[in-house]
Amino acid sequence: MTAAATLERGKRRTALIMAGVALGMLGLGFAAVPLYRIFCQVTGFGGTTMRVSEARAATVKAGTQTISVRFDANVDRGLGWRFQPQQVTQDMRIGQRKQAFYWAENTSSQSITGVASFNVEPEQAGKYFNKIQCFCFNQQTLQPGQKVDMPVIYYVDPAIATDPETKDIQQITLSYTFHRAADGGAKILDRADPAR
Amino acid sequence: MATTADQFHAHEEHGHAHHDHDHKPAFFARWFMSTNHKDIGTLYLIFAIIAGIIGGGISGIMRLELAHPGIQYLGAIATWMDGKPAEMNDALHLWNVLITAHGLIMVFFLVMPAIIGGFGNWFVPLMIGAPDMAFPRMNNVSFWLTVAGFCSLMLSAFVPGDATGNGAGIGWTAYAPLSTYGSNGPATDFAIFSLHLAGAGSIMGAINFITTIFNMRAPGMTLHKMPLFVWSVLVTAFLLLLALPVLAAAITMLITDRNFGTTFFDPSGGGDPVLYQHLFWFFGHPEVYIMILPAFGIISQIVSTFSKKPVFGYLGMAYAMVAIGVVGFIVWAHHMYTTGMSLNVKMYFTAATMVIAVPTGIKIFSWIATMWGGSIEFKSPMVWAIGFIFLFVVGGVTGVYLANGGIDDVVHDTYFVVAHFHYVLSLGAVTGLFAGFYYWFPKMSGKMHSEFLAHVHFWIFFIGVNLIFFPQHFLGLQGMPRRYPDYAPAYEHWNTLSSWGYAVMGVSLIVWFINIIYAYTAGKKAEDNYWGEGATTLEWTLSSPPPFHQFETLPVIEDDKGHH
Repeated sequence: MTAAATLERGKRRTALIMAGVALGMLGLGFAAVPLYRIFCQVTGFGGTTMRVSEARAATVKAGTQTISVRFDANVDRGLGWRFQPQQVTQDMRIGQRKQAFYWAENTSSQSITGVASFNVEPEQAGKYFNKIQCFCFNQQTLQPGQKVDMPVIYYVDPAIATDPETKDIQQITLSYTFHRAADGGAKILDRADPAR
Repeated sequence: MATTADQFHAHEEHGHAHHDHDHKPAFFARWFMSTNHKDIGTLYLIFAIIAGIIGGGISGIMRLELAHPGIQYLGAIATWMDGKPAEMNDALHLWNVLITAHGLIMVFFLVMPAIIGGFGNWFVPLMIGAPDMAFPRMNNVSFWLTVAGFCSLMLSAFVPGDATGNGAGIGWTAYAPLSTYGSNGPATDFAIFSLHLAGAGSIMGAINFITTIFNMRAPGMTLHKMPLFVWSVLVTAFLLLLALPVLAAAITMLITDRNFGTTFFDPSGGGDPVLYQHLFWFFGHPEVYIMILPAFGIISQIVSTFSKKPVFGYLGMAYAMVAIGVVGFIVWAHHMYTTGMSLNVKMYFTAATMVIAVPTGIKIFSWIATMWGGSIEFKSPMVWAIGFIFLFVVGGVTGVYLANGGIDDVVHDTYFVVAHFHYVLSLGAVTGLFAGFYYWFPKMSGKMHSEFLAHVHFWIFFIGVNLIFFPQHFLGLQGMPRRYPDYAPAYEHWNTLSSWGYAVMGVSLIVWFINIIYAYTAGKKAEDNYWGEGATTLEWTLSSPPPFHQFETLPVIEDDKGHH
């Protein structure tokens, strides 16, 4: 093989490998979306709460220490609902199962399907905040004027008292925001009027 | 060459047999269909200067508005831009458009094209003894994609941004949800698309540089004998290759969230806006090293040349850049301390960020050690290089300070941060660019600039930029937030001084332009090696300007050649 042909081959090989690296990084960029979701679900990153089965929850023994949970409710813009917690705080022993209620009302004149996003603050408490049942597990549809109670059954894992990062936490704020479900009704996004 | 040549090329090479060796194509073919690395480098430099004038002009409007509290000029400019009387909201939107345009232009269309596209294209092939870049026509595509990206960004200023006026007011970071349902107009699509175009151009450029450096070094030039500027471009190219596709993914998701109903960053569909910040800064932090590493390379060449010594600790210098590049990928969340991170995550990112000060310190100390005991000549590039070292150290020190998660909670999004990143970029990278300009301008043009004017340019610029940005440290520590056109009257004093500093800096650029005009009209012809014995890299073995095609016989690098 001539020197020029060897050079051409080397150039082509390097360029192909590098293009592959670039494409791989592009793929990783998109793969970050599911990976980030799984990462948050597993580690409680960003205050992501945990979801546990009834069977698993039955094995948890309550501790002696008490903790307080504060409830927060928000509604995304463009969703014609009122949404409020029915209690400001609840106190309980760690590991003890508790039920709390929110209520929601559709103040608009049309049926709306909403979905709630959620997290806790301080965010480190996310991995110890376990929900057994929650209205946020499913989409909720409200008819015009309909009012409903929305329950959440949860407990705080007793391990929260032994983790050095969370052992001093005395109160956890559980927050929900209701959004219009992506497939339920018109998208919030509308274009600016180009005529202006 | 033969296997990549198309008919146009084949025809040209056929012509070579009968014509002069240095035969150049006619004007249009030479500059608009260019495949010559030196011509493309020149195009990049001209483009960067034009973009820099626009981006710098925008910062002039910003400093004018910020000179005194209240909104003085934005209303009038918004009225002129939108073609109807502007309300307060239009004026405020214009401010967002200006900061967005300033950031994007300076990063993507001034520093990157000038330092990588311009000096990289010009001098990487010359320094490694190659006849041209590996893929000359892809090189051309890279350049014109960058130009197309710039046009897309400029177009965004003339279409609606959101309900309040023309232009994209999303910040250079384009955080969702401001860039998704916060800015409904097509201007944001134009701005995002401009990043796609410029990014694609840069990725191709990076592949081109890596292929060139790995395959086309002259016989005898091992990786460990490459000049440090080539090393810096090699590391930069890898950073581009690994970081830019992630940005491309993130902004593609922005586009689909905006236009096609996806919810990557929209909580109503299970998305998370903070994910955008993670993706952006996974690109954004390496991006700051993309801008500064080639400047490190330029400074290494200059300090060595004018100290008439090889660079102290050559291998340490090369691998320090590699280390900065590697560590640069695992510190991104220090831009996001206030998004609510746990203590442990903050501690990790604080420590990892501070670690970067070690290889950076190696570079600073090695430059000083290179000068130590050297026969130093204070020619203009050397003065600029020493100015670079000084300014970069100031920006680096505030960087270590800001690396602390606890301190960042206090000064996040204040002018302290603005002062910090302008010391490393505006003052650091741009000073590095001017150092490179005065070092290589006679090599590129064949004309000597005026050393006197170059020194005058330096001192006025140095005083000006310090006047602009040093007081912004005080403003930030006093709590003045960034990204606002108005502020409490208590901040007026330092803001006024900062705006005067801009005027001083502006005067220095006039001196620069005069110097360029002087060089082309009255400048002496540059010799091959006009800096003398200290300049030992291969570009100094060629004429000034170098022949249109160089190194048709490859130079051979012997073992005893100096390491720089």
